[in-house]
Amino acid sequence: MIYSDKVMDHFQNPRNVGVIKDADGTGQVGNPVCGDMMTFYIKVKDNRLEDIKFQTFGCGAAIAVSSIVSEMAMGKTLDEAMKITNELVAEELGGLPKNKLHCSNLGADALHAAIEDYRKKQAAMSEEAPAAEAAKCYCPYCDGPLDNLLGACTSCHVELEECPHCGNLTKKGEEKCAKCGGELETA
Amino acid sequence: MRKVYLDHIAATPLDPEVLAAMLPFLRERFGNPQSLHSVGQDALVAIEEGRSKVARLIGAEGSEIHFTASGSEANNFALKGMAMARREKGNHLVLSAIEHQSVLHAAKSLERSGFSSTLVGVDRSGLVDPDEVRKAIRKETVLVSVILASSEVGTIEPVAEVARICREAGVPFHTDAVAAAGNIPVDVRELGVDALSLAADQFYGPKGTGALYVRKGVRILPLIDGGIQEGGRRAGTENVAGIVGMGKAAEIAAARLAERQERMKALRDRLIDRLPQKVDRVYLTGHRERRLPHHASFCVEFIEGEAMLLNLDMKGIAVSSGSACTSRALKASHVLLAMGIDHALAQGSLVFSLVDSTTAEDIDYLLEVIPPIIDRLRKMSPLYTKFLQEKKT
Repeated sequence: MIYSDKVMDHFQNPRNVGVIKDADGTGQVGNPVCGDMMTFYIKVKDNRLEDIKFQTFGCGAAIAVSSIVSEMAMGKTLDEAMKITNELVAEELGGLPKNKLHCSNLGADALHAAIEDYRKKQAAMSEEAPAAEAAKCYCPYCDGPLDNLLGACTSCHVELEECPHCGNLTKKGEEKCAKCGGELETA
Repeated sequence: MRKVYLDHIAATPLDPEVLAAMLPFLRERFGNPQSLHSVGQDALVAIEEGRSKVARLIGAEGSEIHFTASGSEANNFALKGMAMARREKGNHLVLSAIEHQSVLHAAKSLERSGFSSTLVGVDRSGLVDPDEVRKAIRKETVLVSVILASSEVGTIEPVAEVARICREAGVPFHTDAVAAAGNIPVDVRELGVDALSLAADQFYGPKGTGALYVRKGVRILPLIDGGIQEGGRRAGTENVAGIVGMGKAAEIAAARLAERQERMKALRDRLIDRLPQKVDRVYLTGHRERRLPHHASFCVEFIEGEAMLLNLDMKGIAVSSGSACTSRALKASHVLLAMGIDHALAQGSLVFSLVDSTTAEDIDYLLEVIPPIIDRLRKMSPLYTKFLQEKKT
């Protein structure tokens, strides 16, 4: 099996699947082009996550990640929940295959987007606040969100291109692909 | 738990008769076919018998068969070997957009040596239009390669027609028949091809054994230089047991082809007809009639293939998917995208490919097990929730 027992457990018996109709905040990240899409719904009481539900379109890892993120965040204060990182999620699941690590980014991001949505709504009641941007795909260098699949990473500004051998994104101008080591055409 | 193996396109089980034929060559008959002594000559006789049997499966001469270590190697050999042999004549290739990676990437590799290639698209059912191939051929074109049948969507291409167009244009033509050979009738003379790739693991032979047919008189340069094995075209001590196994598998495939085809077709149609009755928004991919007898592929809307694959595996059913999450490169199948299927739907790809031992009970078991799996995953899917909401309004 390509996944750990814990991943398979959360994939088979995901916790907190569903929709909260009157959610205080919702966060949606990803799109079917990069493979996965997640929506998180939260209920907040006294600055704590009173309830969390999610829906996920994606592979086993994406479903397991959503489930564990909901479990890790349940009952936490908003600040505590914002500190749940991709690394912590992957660690909690007993590791993920290398090419599935980006799924763990999506889980924490969807939760954070829901919290930001909640905070934005709170702020809007008093004053205007900046909108929370939902992330799409991820840069292989800084793990920052990518708006476009090609071109420069919006976070670390590395110029990216698709490796002709393995199809992963890699740095433009390099001699070898960072993922598969295949030779790249240099201009 | 019931075990149902529906992943023929990944590997077929080794036929026990094939294994029995191979075993002596992994034990006492270990000679090197290039040795002049009797131990070596025994192995030479064995591989030449294997060669004749593989040749007979596809209507070729033994001398036109070159053994390789895989279907991928056969494809690389054809693309690179035939293009490089005609380099002074031109530097352009024509390929279909749904070729196997071993053809597409071999062409990419040639592009680094100054070649360029034109990809010919396919229609919604995965069919190449021979006329598009005709239009893509230029005076610098040195090779055309169109797959005989796609392992991802099962569509059988009009290869004989493409071959005729190439012959008229004076351009050599290769077809990747890895998914087809041994499963449907393949005759190189009837097809009129100049080169054809096949692999033993697609017709109950061993892995690590493939072959490239090269029509007598067609020029090809070796990929592997060294000794005089395979007529000097592919150096390296022969995989004697593998070649013997491929020969035996070819012999059995030829003898049972008609019977196997009929039986598989009936089971395939049972699945193709009944799955969409059991689950809504499931779409057949590839051509309904012009398809491999053992192949039924679908896209299931709103959910992702790997999640279905893992759930089916837990019920004892082994299948494939062309979803991005299933591929190591995290890219959806280029075949599905070339057919104009959108990314989200391509993510729900499932490929069922039957083997000789598949029964009607196996298909019925799958049909019983899969609806609740799809239902459960859809209930988890934000895309399905959105769809239901939009349906309401």
